[in-house]
Amino acid sequence: MQLSRREFIKSGIAASTAGVVGLPVSQLAEAAAAALEKDWKWDKAVCRFCGTGCGIQVATHQGRIVATKGDPDAPVNRGLNCIKGYFNGKILYGKDRLTQPLMRMKDGKFDKKGQFVPVTWEQAFDEMERQFRKTYAEKGPAGVACFGSGQWTIHEGYAMNKLFKAGFRSNNLDPNARNCMASAVAAFYSVFGTDEPAGNYDDIEHTDTMVLWGANMAEMHPILWSRITDRRLAHANCRIVNLTTFRNMSSDIADLEIVFKPNTDLAIQNYIAREIIARDAMNKPFVEKNCVFATGPYDIGYGMRATDKYAYPAEKDTQAKELKVKLDKWEAIGQRRKEGEVVEQKNTADPAKHWMIGFEDFRKGVEPYTLEFVAELAKGDPDESLDIFKNKLRQLADLYIDPKRKVVSFWTMGFNQHQRGTWVNEQCYMNHLLLGKQSMPGNGAFSLTGQPSACGTAREVGTFSHRLPADRLIPNPQHRAETEGYWKIPAKTLNPKIGSFYAKILRDLEDGSVKWAWVQVNNPWHTHPNANHWIRAAREQDNFIVVSEVYPGISAKVADLILPTAMIYEKWGGYGNAERRTQQWRQQVPPPGQARGDLWQTLEFAKRFKLKDFWGEQKVPGLKVDGYADNILPDVMAEGQKMGYSPEDSLYKALFATSDNLKVKWPDAVAKGHDNHIATLLGDGWFPEKAFWIEYQQFGKGKGKDLADFDAYHADKVRGLKWPVVNGKEVAWRFNEQYDPYVTKGAGIEFYGKLFKAIPTGNLDGITDPAPKSLAGKAKIFFRPYAAPAEQPDKAYDLWLCTGRVLEHWHSGTMTRRVPELHRAVPAAVMWIHPVDAEARGLKRNDLVWIESRRGKVKVRVETGGRNKMVKGTVYVPFFDEGVFINRVTLDTTCPISKESDYKKCAVKVYKA
Amino acid sequence: MDAGRREFLMRTAQSAAVAACGGLLWAHLLRQEAAASVLALRPPGALAEADFAAACIKCGQCVDACPYDTLHLARAQDGAPIGTPFFTPRKVPCYMCTDFPCVPACPTGALDRKFSNIADARMGLAVIDAESCLSWQGLRCEICYRVCPVKDSAITIQTHPRQLSKHAMFVPIVHSKACTGCGMCEEACPTDEAAIRVLNPKLVQGRMGEHYRLGWKSETPPPTAAPTEPSVAAPAPSAVEPAAPAKAPGMDVLNEELEL
Repeated sequence: MQLSRREFIKSGIAASTAGVVGLPVSQLAEAAAAALEKDWKWDKAVCRFCGTGCGIQVATHQGRIVATKGDPDAPVNRGLNCIKGYFNGKILYGKDRLTQPLMRMKDGKFDKKGQFVPVTWEQAFDEMERQFRKTYAEKGPAGVACFGSGQWTIHEGYAMNKLFKAGFRSNNLDPNARNCMASAVAAFYSVFGTDEPAGNYDDIEHTDTMVLWGANMAEMHPILWSRITDRRLAHANCRIVNLTTFRNMSSDIADLEIVFKPNTDLAIQNYIAREIIARDAMNKPFVEKNCVFATGPYDIGYGMRATDKYAYPAEKDTQAKELKVKLDKWEAIGQRRKEGEVVEQKNTADPAKHWMIGFEDFRKGVEPYTLEFVAELAKGDPDESLDIFKNKLRQLADLYIDPKRKVVSFWTMGFNQHQRGTWVNEQCYMNHLLLGKQSMPGNGAFSLTGQPSACGTAREVGTFSHRLPADRLIPNPQHRAETEGYWKIPAKTLNPKIGSFYAKILRDLEDGSVKWAWVQVNNPWHTHPNANHWIRAAREQDNFIVVSEVYPGISAKVADLILPTAMIYEKWGGYGNAERRTQQWRQQVPPPGQARGDLWQTLEFAKRFKLKDFWGEQKVPGLKVDGYADNILPDVMAEGQKMGYSPEDSLYKALFATSDNLKVKWPDAVAKGHDNHIATLLGDGWFPEKAFWIEYQQFGKGKGKDLADFDAYHADKVRGLKWPVVNGKEVAWRFNEQYDPYVTKGAGIEFYGKLFKAIPTGNLDGITDPAPKSLAGKAKIFFRPYAAPAEQPDKAYDLWLCTGRVLEHWHSGTMTRRVPELHRAVPAAVMWIHPVDAEARGLKRNDLVWIESRRGKVKVRVETGGRNKMVKGTVYVPFFDEGVFINRVTLDTTCPISKESDYKKCAVKVYKA
Repeated sequence: MDAGRREFLMRTAQSAAVAACGGLLWAHLLRQEAAASVLALRPPGALAEADFAAACIKCGQCVDACPYDTLHLARAQDGAPIGTPFFTPRKVPCYMCTDFPCVPACPTGALDRKFSNIADARMGLAVIDAESCLSWQGLRCEICYRVCPVKDSAITIQTHPRQLSKHAMFVPIVHSKACTGCGMCEEACPTDEAAIRVLNPKLVQGRMGEHYRLGWKSETPPPTAAPTEPSVAAPAPSAVEPAAPAKAPGMDVLNEELEL
């Protein structure tokens, strides 16, 4: 869009026609611009940024994007965009766009300590292959890894998933979505047995109560927020509640704002559950027919390393909580134990295990969560009176319980990035299920998603270290067998041992157990907490890191090889948003210079290996699974030969350019004249994106995850389709007979998800009968107790730090900071702090300060005003700015079940720089 | 700012004047010197423009004191009396230092010595061009609102239904009561030409008739401008009825013949 319409007029047409008599210059210019626009080609596409999934239209001319607009026919946004979406066309054209492979070299050879030098793709792949073979020979499948993304297109994720799991036989593939919505997934699995929300965005227009739990939608889901606001304005009875740890912009529209202390959302939800029971408001017919009660162990740690070997001296006290926790007063009451009791964390290895309990046990579990107890524990604003806070909690319970009210609960990172993220997600379902307000228009707990294809790619394709496509899991032998069937690979090709999750891959690099890693469409060294560890691991350990990137970010800086990559509109792709809407787009413009799509990079790399490199016996330390020799992944080559494979077949031929896939020809009429640089470069006449779609479709068909045909998404009138798409029809509300053909006729509501639907029985203290009992068709109502944060402010580090995004920037800013207008609007991250906290430290607005934790420190400017109004004791720093590299400061605890990092709470101190 | 830079600025202003010594240009400059500028945005605490123009000795001390490179001394082409301090918000706005070092630096009181609170500054008034403002079109931008240092009083967001779809509009509104004219909004505005700009309030502000009060506002503040001449009221009725006058209002028209 550099030659914008306005500039064009300014520079050319207006000047050259100014002398013509008769028409004013402005009209001439308009006519000239209209003539120019005649040659523009408009096509539908999707916004690059958040999980809302707004539709856009892209205009191209002579290989460049010349304009974009919000798609007026897209039901999500009806022509609107937020300010990031407004600049979709500009993100491609930053001055420092990477267009040539760059490798660290010294004396004409790769050298880890060398400087980046431009190389050819051939040289790049040669070194990448050499390094891969070296590591694989030494460490086997466990020694290589891939950092994937919720911003991968569906097709890209699918291909890399297959390359790693079927080709390299490694499950060390995990997306940044792990740090975004893994807690949501874990709860979908444990509660419903299937991933992703029951409802859709139309819930907003159907409901009269919307409760935000740790979701600043006003900034992070801007267009959804304008739908919510419209509902509030148009519907006098509508109420909005904002639960947060500081005052953010969502409070501006909210009728009720509840500021609570970190982690106490666990207690607040138990208070609501307790109230539901105490007021005799439980929807008994719904619960009896559709639900069971359940619980699990409390002593599950905080997802840190079990050893302090790699901890800095200052970190050791926090790390020690992984092994032993001394219960504080609140945990003691909430867990029905004694204050000061030291609890060894015995269930860190299997934190997700759970069992059925009776209703009386459940009632006993929530009994301590009285209004008095919870209010005293949870009140987050020291300046608010306890009575007012109590009153607010009561109002919150009233809104949930009111039988005349429909309620939708929304959440994102406040719940998901949480040391008890899975629990807190489960608790939200707990209250909706107790009230029977679930899976109906305007009633339901709605897990929003952060990234544009966290759902479509990371979750549905299953690009996690424990997942396979369409709700299949690595440890499940039947799921592996089905996947091997669809992929036409020998039985036992797939590695049955769960791979390393995102944080673990970084820890593996630090301790040397992973030595080769490939990053696509994300920026781990910028975005993962406790970054100093991972930067040192990348630069000082003996390993090889490949980063596919579009702009030079922090991960590219720590890489050994940088591959220049095509951006969203430079390739064919598809994203899936938070309401299960799958949207696809065509390549609009060619990538610049030597930049190539991630998919092409994956396929080209696959050409360099043969089946014999992987399908022989492989060592997998720690593999201990029924039907497998310990530590050994069996030889499947003989079986493969029986299926017609040759040991000399390349992975490209065996997994990707298969005889079936080669039948899917490029060019294809669906392109309508649009190019496909990947198909063109491959040059063997097939259409990889479409072929992968057809392959991938098999996984969900008839399993409640049905997708439509490739061409259906590209039809002119279609603006994405919400899966399951059964007989061409989308499903608006899952588990509800009225809308969902998967529900048994006459059942009304049926939670038909299949995972974890046979579990032991027990009570609050543990399992009493280990025999698995079926709960087919039902959802689980979990009791989960309050647990204190692993690190809390103390004398040395006296403030809470919370991190997150701002409306103007996306994630690590690699794209949005290349848009001059967005950069000008928010040029740097600032630290929001309460004016009194600032004054107490002798600080005023715009002062430069150090913010320091046990792990690291960065300089940042003080902001006492602006969009966030902090409560005393809490500061907020967004993470987009590599100049304010806040992840040097943050803590890398995770939810022990979901392995998702908690970016929302750690202890820091602030002092003048 | 270091002394070197200040000197440079002074030299630039002076040399601009010297270079222009001759003929018509000189006359133009003289005219400009005499006139107060309606376009230039002055530092915080500046006196009313005419008084400011009279009091400012063009010493550049305020420019020197500004920590942000906001202030510049006008050159011939800047549309303000040469050598007087001004700023261009789209380039560098006033960042509203709470200790406003530019004001005490002024040796003559052209920047008011009694000025005590940066929020009282009235350097200009932000004005929105609704046609090019993204938020007024329904997009979720509102950058001006978020960067406003006195947000929620100088700029507020009004929400109303979009009608075209089930989305709300988030429309920024500027309030002259609180807008300091710092220009951070203009700097940050993401459109190609800023859709929000800081101008001299005289150029843009209207005034409602003082005879009317908005009925739904409990306390409409009285107009601040000097009242105009009161209209002549009818004489008060007296106790003794005077004799009928020869002529009374309305007679002429009433006695005109009607066409039948």
